[in-house]
Amino acid sequence: MEYVIIGNSAAAIGAVEGIRSVDKKGTITLVSNEPYHTYSRPLISYLLQEKVTEDAMKYRPDTFYTENACRLIFASAVQIDAKKKRVLLDNGQELPYGKLLTATGSSASVVPFAGLQSVKNAFTFMGLDDAKALRAALKPDCRVLIVGAGLIGLKCAEGIVKLAGSVTVVEVADRILSAVLDGEGAKKVQAHIESKGVSFMLSAKIERFEETRAFLSDGRQIEFDVLVTATGVKPNVDLLKGIARINKGILINEKSQTSATDIYAAGDCTECVDVSSGESKIMALLPNAYMQGECAGLNMAGVDTAFTQAIPMNAAGFFGLHIISAGTYCGEVYTCAEKDYKKLFYSRDKLNGYILIGNVEKAGIYTSLIRGATPLSSIDFNLVCRHPSLMAFTKTERAAKLGGEK
Amino acid sequence: MKRVYVNENWCLGCRLCEYHCAFAESRQKDMARALRGVKINPAIRIEANNGISFAVSCRHCKQPLCVKACITGALHITNGIITADKARCVGCYTCILSCPFGAISQNETGVIQKCELCTASHGSPACVKGCPNNALVYEERE
Ligand SMILES: Cc1cc2nc3c(=O)[nH]c(=O)nc-3n(C[C@H](O)[C@H](O)[C@H](O)COP(=O)(O)OP(=O)(O)OC[C@H]3O[C@@H](n4cnc5c(N)ncnc54)[C@H](O)[C@@H]3O)c2cc1C
Repeated sequence: MEYVIIGNSAAAIGAVEGIRSVDKKGTITLVSNEPYHTYSRPLISYLLQEKVTEDAMKYRPDTFYTENACRLIFASAVQIDAKKKRVLLDNGQELPYGKLLTATGSSASVVPFAGLQSVKNAFTFMGLDDAKALRAALKPDCRVLIVGAGLIGLKCAEGIVKLAGSVTVVEVADRILSAVLDGEGAKKVQAHIESKGVSFMLSAKIERFEETRAFLSDGRQIEFDVLVTATGVKPNVDLLKGIARINKGILINEKSQTSATDIYAAGDCTECVDVSSGESKIMALLPNAYMQGECAGLNMAGVDTAFTQAIPMNAAGFFGLHIISAGTYCGEVYTCAEKDYKKLFYSRDKLNGYILIGNVEKAGIYTSLIRGATPLSSIDFNLVCRHPSLMAFTKTERAAKLGGEK
Repeated sequence: MKRVYVNENWCLGCRLCEYHCAFAESRQKDMARALRGVKINPAIRIEANNGISFAVSCRHCKQPLCVKACITGALHITNGIITADKARCVGCYTCILSCPFGAISQNETGVIQKCELCTASHGSPACVKGCPNNALVYEERE
């Protein structure tokens, strides 16, 4: 079998490991338009903080490609010929495939603000090259404006706060991290990040830019030297246009198959069903990318496999304050807002979602209740609300989990 | 592969497993000296409530969600044992988000710690050797 994978990040690596767990012989070719050994994209902010070196960002060891007998080509895939089963690269090469995986990820979705072209020092924060370019533009006295208080904007803020004179984050929504936090939780995290030297302007709509100045719709103006736009990501779907079904992301089933024969897709470029809400969504997060990729790889190699437990879930720390969240925030709410912050959302005998800030111990027990759609009536829900613990399960269930008697 | 199995019927809740784990991790020779005055942070943890108790440590799953979810590649499987490369962990806790057993925790420096069965350091799990009542066994099953 000839496997071709477009991409070289989490989803692609998952696919290689999936394929090689069952097929040691088939040829695997990876195509990457980022000229690097596979690296952990989330680490770009840690690189700026000097918490990791570029070498330590490698997502897999140096021996990965040789050990898995893969060929890695640094080029851009420009076209897929689904009839002839070939991928055309920008260097003129044509790659025939038996099974193809598009693991093309996502790109920065930059809001087309008026006057943006007049800004000289404008960056996005999606990859290693972005991080290097941004680093080179930063000076100890420079004023940085970050547009967007999502995960990527705030990770960027954390990464550069010590390298810049000031960092201001402008956000159109009324709270930070609106995709992962509720209003109350967002306030708590915001206060913490502010205490570390980052300023926020919320419910602030940028109308236009003029070189080093941003104009807000309420008349306010912000002067800056360096601009980072982090206004969201969009899935890279173009290669499959006219070939497979695409909504916002490439549509895949639980086997990571697209609607086109022998073409699979995985990771940030796709859209799939979130089991916590039943809705089809883009879940641009690394664990889902890896698992969809692995599932694709197994199916490409002929092993019938389904990945049916995709949910939005995120673990992130900002200046030492940890947040873990998962699922959908709907239903009744269990709250505990003492020193740490906890919210559990449940309805119809199921846990739908949760948010933990500060104490994130054993969070995975909550995640497993969501993923497994565990009936809450089958466990000690009161106990699990207070402390995520295996004690909340029945004795039989505990024995199954831990081994019990032989 | 040999794994640690837990039989709660035999667990006394004495927490010796926790102490043996912490002692093994300390790599010192004398247990009393190693642990005196120390607030231990072991990779195996007793859960106790209403007279029931049992120890929880990494199950070394065959399909480990923590390894698949790890954003840096710090977690991997070596001969069936799930190991954490602490130097490559940045403390994002995606593994804590993922582990259905709550068996991964934070160490003093903010990176993660988990049971690695003591095979590299002590040949076999110290918690099992230290369990006075066979509530923990280290054996091949299935
Ligand atoms: C700053 C930052 C922080 C993040 N933090 C977290 C976090 O804490 N936790 C988390 O879960 N997720 C985080 N994410 C998201 C995570 O990085 C992504 O979900 C993950 O990388 C998706 O993997 P992927 O393989 O689908 O795609 P990507 O990592 O986007 O990789 C796709 C690759 O394909 C290449 N490519 C695209 N088109 C072509 C083509 N035509 N030809 C050749 N190559 C092509 C791209 O250049 C890229 O190298 C973060 C992202 C960023 C930017």
